[in-house]
Amino acid sequence: MNDIMTLKDLKIGQTAKVKQLLSIGSIRRRLQDIGLIEGTEVECLQKSPAGDPVAYLIRGAVIALRSEDSVNILIS
Amino acid sequence: MGFTKTELIIKKSTPEDKVIALAGNPNVGKSTVFNNLTGLNQHTGNWPGKTVSNAQGICSFCGTNYVMVDLPGTYSLMAHSAEEEVARDFICFGNHDAVIVVCDATCLERNINLVLQIIEITTNVIVCVNLLDEAKKKNIVIDLDALAQKLGVSVVDTVARRKKDLQKLMLEVENILSEPYIKKPIVKYLEPIEKAIDIIEPLINQKVNKQINTRWLCLKLLDYDETLINSLDKFLGFDLLSDEEINNKLKEARNHLVENGIDVKSLRDIIVSCIVKRAEDICKDTVKYNKETYITRDRKIDKILTSKLTGIPIMICLFALVFWITISGANYPSRLLSEWFFWMEGKLTAALQYIDAPAWFIGILVDGVYRVLAWVISVMLPPMAIFFPLFTLLEDLGYLPRIAFNLDKYFKKCCACGKQALTMCMGFGCNAVGVIGCRIIDSPRERLIAIITNNFVPCNGRFPTLIAVLSMFFVGTVSGAFKSVFSAILLTVVIIFGILMTFAVSKILSKTILKGVPSSFTLELPPFRKPQIGKVIVRSIFDRTLFVLGRAVCTAAPAGIIIWLMANITINDITLLAHCSDFLDPFAQLLGLDGVILLAFILGLPANEIVVPIIIMAYISSGKITELETLSDLKNLLVANGWTWVTAISMMLFSLLHWPCATTCLTIKKETQSIKWTAVSFIVPTVFGILVCIIFTSIARLFV
Repeated sequence: MNDIMTLKDLKIGQTAKVKQLLSIGSIRRRLQDIGLIEGTEVECLQKSPAGDPVAYLIRGAVIALRSEDSVNILIS
Repeated sequence: MGFTKTELIIKKSTPEDKVIALAGNPNVGKSTVFNNLTGLNQHTGNWPGKTVSNAQGICSFCGTNYVMVDLPGTYSLMAHSAEEEVARDFICFGNHDAVIVVCDATCLERNINLVLQIIEITTNVIVCVNLLDEAKKKNIVIDLDALAQKLGVSVVDTVARRKKDLQKLMLEVENILSEPYIKKPIVKYLEPIEKAIDIIEPLINQKVNKQINTRWLCLKLLDYDETLINSLDKFLGFDLLSDEEINNKLKEARNHLVENGIDVKSLRDIIVSCIVKRAEDICKDTVKYNKETYITRDRKIDKILTSKLTGIPIMICLFALVFWITISGANYPSRLLSEWFFWMEGKLTAALQYIDAPAWFIGILVDGVYRVLAWVISVMLPPMAIFFPLFTLLEDLGYLPRIAFNLDKYFKKCCACGKQALTMCMGFGCNAVGVIGCRIIDSPRERLIAIITNNFVPCNGRFPTLIAVLSMFFVGTVSGAFKSVFSAILLTVVIIFGILMTFAVSKILSKTILKGVPSSFTLELPPFRKPQIGKVIVRSIFDRTLFVLGRAVCTAAPAGIIIWLMANITINDITLLAHCSDFLDPFAQLLGLDGVILLAFILGLPANEIVVPIIIMAYISSGKITELETLSDLKNLLVANGWTWVTAISMMLFSLLHWPCATTCLTIKKETQSIKWTAVSFIVPTVFGILVCIIFTSIARLFV
């Protein structure tokens, strides 16, 4: 199952497309609200000093996500 | 944990007044537009979530009064939090005449997402593309005409700070109100969904003949949005879903969806992605940007401000710098003010004696009211007048969300929310404001933690106290320019201690009375913006400094009278003040304080600013030293009353960790709607303050 990548695996500077959103509940809707749906392009920008959360560029806005949440976003 | 859900009541001056709602994503400049249109001063700053309550104001344009309503920022209308619900309900059922949707030109696509949802619900929508100047700098070009055509509504571009642009906006509002346009469905959903809407729409049209968009309503009924349906029932005055016919049609429509492979769960996903894709579509043809140069500057700054190596050191240094500028800048004006007040005191006393005023009257007025006021103004005004503008500058730049970004991991470890860092920053100004700011935290559990611990950040009522004690007892030996540097470093250490206490107590709360796991959250890091320095200074001095000072003065004057009376009414030849402080003394000694200090903290409940003046008056009334022109006189007074470095540190610790002031307590009551949590917020800091003081004193006394 090595080819399943999540947003958490994305390295700084890399860009990927969202394949599937596994998050549930309010965070799922929140992510959809900011435009994170299947097919959305996401770039990994910057880690915070403690390594988590990580900032991503999503549709022109910089959004920080915790690893618990980015691990639920499958990318390709 | 029932939090307030404020309902909007619109105050029209005449029935002809038009109501205009200002909606939009968080941090797009709604409040700036609002302020410039109404001449009011809603708090603005560069971070998402500043507007937590609904402000309204009047804007007169060409003879018509418009009631402008500044709604909290929302990403969508599929409400997740109480604030978003308020915004959604107002847009859906608020009886407004038009809605202005303020958009951020630098990330238009996401903003259009909300625009589409609003256009679906209501007519008379005007899109205001704001921050166009920033977009230009980032090489983003927006074809406004094409955008207007695609959206089917009017689009106005603004730089909200420019008056001319806002006139253009209001002109458009006027146009729309005189000539409503006919709108067509803007988002087409998948075929089965459209069909399902067709199944129920005719019936809904029949049943609901109020001004509400039936197509959208059908969609929401299919989706079963519970909070919306509650609000809808209230609006209609009857329960729509108790209607047999409607239920039957709904069943039919849902069956149609299921037959086509769309179950209830996936319906919302599909609805959302249809809207997002439509927004993407619209922006593809109307927005062009040069990807290479765009946001590179922000990225470079962020690399420095939030990197592993430099992020936290820079944060600490920035705070120390702000403190240093505050302390060294406030030093001289403070001395001038206090000299002037002292000189005035002599004149005032002489004048009162000249007109033969009775001694008790002079006592109350001069020794009571005047001295407390003089202290509060001379010691508080200069640091506040420097600290507030500096802090507002950081806020406008967009630095505060970076603090939350840097510290989130630690908050997560304490099972709390990173946005708590933002509410703590607000607490530096005033803890009551910090507590209201906690509304930006969605999870009720995490919000309560943030509310209970907010008091560990010293508000500006406690700042001057900390600075005064620090400079008297710990920087005395250092000379010259380094004096203020040293003070600033010590103050930073005190603040860091407060932050560490916040972490510790948050963790303890999450493991005991507020058990739970950290919830998910998204934190937006807004682009850095150049603050308007002139405006920042004017605004922070008039809106914040004078406001806070005014409140301090209001509590200081009566406190001055009370304390003077206590110091001058005697029972068995001992003053009332001495009775009280003697009673408190044994316990206070345990904390490293004395009865007078503890009494001052208790009497200082209405406002922390008056703690030190009470201590001074209590000591003076025991008749040891009466001249208090400089800080070293004050130190002599304190030392004469038995203060040592242990007393000084204990006093600072207790100042940092004790009950919130009365205003904050009332705010907590209002925010949590619960006496229990207000009591917890009162008791928790107090218990920790007492424990920390006892531990510190016991250890320190081993070395003295």
